[in-house]
Amino acid sequence: MKTEHSFNEQFEFAGKAKTWSLIGIVIGVVGILYGFLLDHSEMGVQRTFSNLLLMSYYFVCICIGGVFFLAYQYAAQAGWSAAFLRIPQAFVRVLPIAALIFVLVVVAGLFTTHNIVEEGKTVVAPYLYAHWATHGLTTPGSENYDAIIAGKSAVLSIPSFIGAIVVFLVAYTAFGLMLVKYSQLEDEMGGMSNYSKSFKIALIFLVVFGFTYPVFAFDGIMSLEAHWYSTMFGWYNLAALHVATLSIIALTLILLKKSGYFDWITENHIHSLGKLIFGFSIFWTYVWFAQFFLTWYANMPEESVYFYKRWEPEYKWWFWLNIILNFCAPLFMLMSRDAKRYYSRMTTVCIVLIIGHWLDYYLMIMPGTVAEHRAFGVQEICIFLGFAGLFSFLMLNALSKFKSLAPVKHPFMDESLHHQI
Amino acid sequence: MSKTKMILGLFDDPDEMMHGIEKLQKNSVPIYDVYTPMPIHGIEDKLGVKESRLGYAAFCFGCLGGSVIFSIVYYTLVHDWPMNIGGKPHFAMPDFVPFTFEWTILWTAFGMVFTFFYATHLFPGRAPRVMDLRATDDRFVIAIDAKGNIPHDDITKILTDAGAVEVKHNERKYVSYE
Repeated sequence: MKTEHSFNEQFEFAGKAKTWSLIGIVIGVVGILYGFLLDHSEMGVQRTFSNLLLMSYYFVCICIGGVFFLAYQYAAQAGWSAAFLRIPQAFVRVLPIAALIFVLVVVAGLFTTHNIVEEGKTVVAPYLYAHWATHGLTTPGSENYDAIIAGKSAVLSIPSFIGAIVVFLVAYTAFGLMLVKYSQLEDEMGGMSNYSKSFKIALIFLVVFGFTYPVFAFDGIMSLEAHWYSTMFGWYNLAALHVATLSIIALTLILLKKSGYFDWITENHIHSLGKLIFGFSIFWTYVWFAQFFLTWYANMPEESVYFYKRWEPEYKWWFWLNIILNFCAPLFMLMSRDAKRYYSRMTTVCIVLIIGHWLDYYLMIMPGTVAEHRAFGVQEICIFLGFAGLFSFLMLNALSKFKSLAPVKHPFMDESLHHQI
Repeated sequence: MSKTKMILGLFDDPDEMMHGIEKLQKNSVPIYDVYTPMPIHGIEDKLGVKESRLGYAAFCFGCLGGSVIFSIVYYTLVHDWPMNIGGKPHFAMPDFVPFTFEWTILWTAFGMVFTFFYATHLFPGRAPRVMDLRATDDRFVIAIDAKGNIPHDDITKILTDAGAVEVKHNERKYVSYE
């Protein structure tokens, strides 16, 4: 084992990585412009908004996932991960921008309205969250009045809805940035005081996060179909967020190692990440199935309508593909010890899971917005690439701002360098 | 002929013990096994210990557990005595998922524990086989099979040079049966 590493090397964000992220962003902008201006089909704008919501939610979730990963590594006083904590820290640094974009998309979707004809009546509906934000739904006496939505209006009204999302995102960002700040101070000062502070902040964050993240998921995604609800939805989204974040951390780490950075990362670290990915893919399936199973068993119309829509011919194959990509692929491809230690195998699985969780979010969002006018084409691909480019650009840029790619004075740094399983 | 069966090098420092392993290997002395009170990173690679096959046992037990409960429930609730529960089909796949999953996990866990007990001769009522009792406390022990190995004094010298605090020439392999 190599014992001397140059921790003072800074990550330099240039060359191919920068070019490709910028190309991704350009493709994304072209996709959005195409969707809003050139796609004159009935659902063109609706579809673009849905895709923007999908990708901005995915984007913000990955960055929140960075805070979550840091927090539970500190809370568990984990040693193995110390050597690559800079990567989730870079995710955290992107969170303010991701949060801003998500709020912008939500606000734009809520305040851009169009007329739709529903049961013979013309109603003014916003592009996103039309199920509860359409004008008149909660006004008694209005011809659109909907008693169920009126009952939920304490939560699902524009001020409290945006208020909750903003408060949660600000809180997550604040906790995340504190963790990053302490880690950097630790590098300058050494000692244990910053580690103890990180530990405390991590514990407080995890409590806050555990109670608020399900509400964030209820608001952000579940309320697209506001008549339906599932108490599993928050955990289901948390599992999706976690698997997606771990895949992106592992993929980033492998790619950076291949381009010559992180020479202290060995297949043991990748193995540990692989175990988390494997385990939490199964956890994702567990929660996914728990939500499905109870609905299927109880068979109450107001609940089964959610899966009924996803069982229609437009979605049925995607519905099954979701399970294949997010459960079968990691289960069979990562089961053995060796598989988790091959960089190429891990790369493949990470890419499959990143696409798989895009599909997962697709199936959460699209049936509630574009419904049977589902499509897969320019907008989907371009906006996905756009956000992927934006994420890699901002994340790698944030990473290049760190003085060292390793938290050199982290108390468990040495343990992490000798991590062996 | 010497009656010595096992030569044990007792170290009080894991780094010195690792150093001792290197020295023995350099002198082509085959090491029987190493006993330490705590896991030592990197020791498997150094000793060339083969990868554990426990995972294969776990996989087989998992498959077995899943198939057993699937067959039982299929026989009882689909074949032998079909019951109408909530108007669902008798053989509806979602029903079969929870217990198949649980039994797979349960049998994997128990199967691994029993396989491990079987492989290491650990089960209730059996005195564990220990070469030196302090290997479970504060000594890092390198065990060398005395038979057919180069002059025992040389081995003793290598071990002492590497920093062994004590070298034992045991006439019995295990000391824990008394």
